[in-house]
Amino acid sequence: MIKELLIILISSSLVSNVVLSQFLGLCPFLGVSKKTETAAGMGTAVIFVITLASAVAGLIYKFILVPFDLTYLQTIVFILVIAALVQFVEMFLKKFMKALYQALGVYLPLITTNCAVLGVALTNVQKNYGILAGIVNGFATAVGFTISIVILAGIREKMEYNDIPESFKGMPIVLVSAGLMAIAFCGFSGLL
Amino acid sequence: MKQNSVLERLVNGLVKENPTFVLMLGMCPTLAVTTSAINGMGMGLTTMVVLALSNMFISLLRKVIPDKVRIPAFIVIIASFVTVVELLLKAYIPFLYDALGLYIPLIVVNCIILGRAEAYASKNGVISSLFDGIGMGLGFTLALTVIGAVRELLGAGEVFGYAVMPESYVPCSIFVLAPGAFFVLAALTAIQNNVKLAGERKGRDMSKVGSGCSSDCMNCSEAGCSKRFYDENTKAEEPKEETAIEKEEEKND
Repeated sequence: MIKELLIILISSSLVSNVVLSQFLGLCPFLGVSKKTETAAGMGTAVIFVITLASAVAGLIYKFILVPFDLTYLQTIVFILVIAALVQFVEMFLKKFMKALYQALGVYLPLITTNCAVLGVALTNVQKNYGILAGIVNGFATAVGFTISIVILAGIREKMEYNDIPESFKGMPIVLVSAGLMAIAFCGFSGLL
Repeated sequence: MKQNSVLERLVNGLVKENPTFVLMLGMCPTLAVTTSAINGMGMGLTTMVVLALSNMFISLLRKVIPDKVRIPAFIVIIASFVTVVELLLKAYIPFLYDALGLYIPLIVVNCIILGRAEAYASKNGVISSLFDGIGMGLGFTLALTVIGAVRELLGAGEVFGYAVMPESYVPCSIFVLAPGAFFVLAALTAIQNNVKLAGERKGRDMSKVGSGCSSDCMNCSEAGCSKRFYDENTKAEEPKEETAIEKEEEKND
């Protein structure tokens, strides 16, 4: 059991990295990676939301959709649950956990339509993960996202004063860096 | 061409506001499924069907949906059509369903669809919204097919599964793997940047040309990716605000 969870943990965070090999959550990956600090903040918020969302989605799938034979509605149900959940988390943090809200608040609305959140919920169903395995998978995926966004932010900070060809300034050079990172992450595929 | 006519909408989606080459929307599926030309085309056509149907439906319901809950309502409509299309693909085109996998349900969160719903379908008639969807969808299909063909050509020496390159060509297989997608997109955005810079030097209005997902996709949740589309409408209001502020400042002085 523990061995299985450990394998999920490593494969979802490093081997099939959510951004670099599955291309989910690219928008925040490219958009919020200018500074390491904000990248880490975004990463934390994503870990928080994805772990929570995969738990809630897993529970709803197992106790509502499957018993009533409504599994074909999963996409609609998951997207609504995620959108509502993010709103709810935002309100909850604002009211009861001021410090955490100040740290994560800015990033929460941006996560609502982050495809990684929906992607994880759907992968959990596709791979027949139980609720615990689903939560571990969600957590690991989000950790993988955080690792890659923080590394990319570090690279971008270093690159700021480099002499880059004019047409490669801005997004293109970031994409080239992401591509090189993806090559590096290919190396993890020998891990399992 | 007449504004909002069928032909104008199609040309607009294919060329003027091509979702991939000009607006740079919906990058996640663009990168993920373009490992071959046929996959890119399949994804493009699937998205087009969803886009056309959801545009039409949202346009039909635009007077019924209250303004405050429009985004959730749009998402439910879009998700329903995605589910329909997913089940149809599973039943009739299983090879495409297997190839696209997770990315079919993820069409729900594709910026293009919510963006068009918010920027066009919720303000315009049924026929022009339908053709706006078809035009945008065709533009997306064209872009994905071209990107897929380039990646397949470089990575496997084939296009649509037919060997094109001479036998002496050693396929550079990294282009069909994940890193290749980033490199191809980097080249694409570099070309786009170049065109934009050249256009600006000549004094053309290039404000609609996007520069990657950098800022716009982030507004999906609130503005439906449509800040750029909104510019035309908000410009009329901005000067008033400015003058109001100026007047206040004058008073303060």
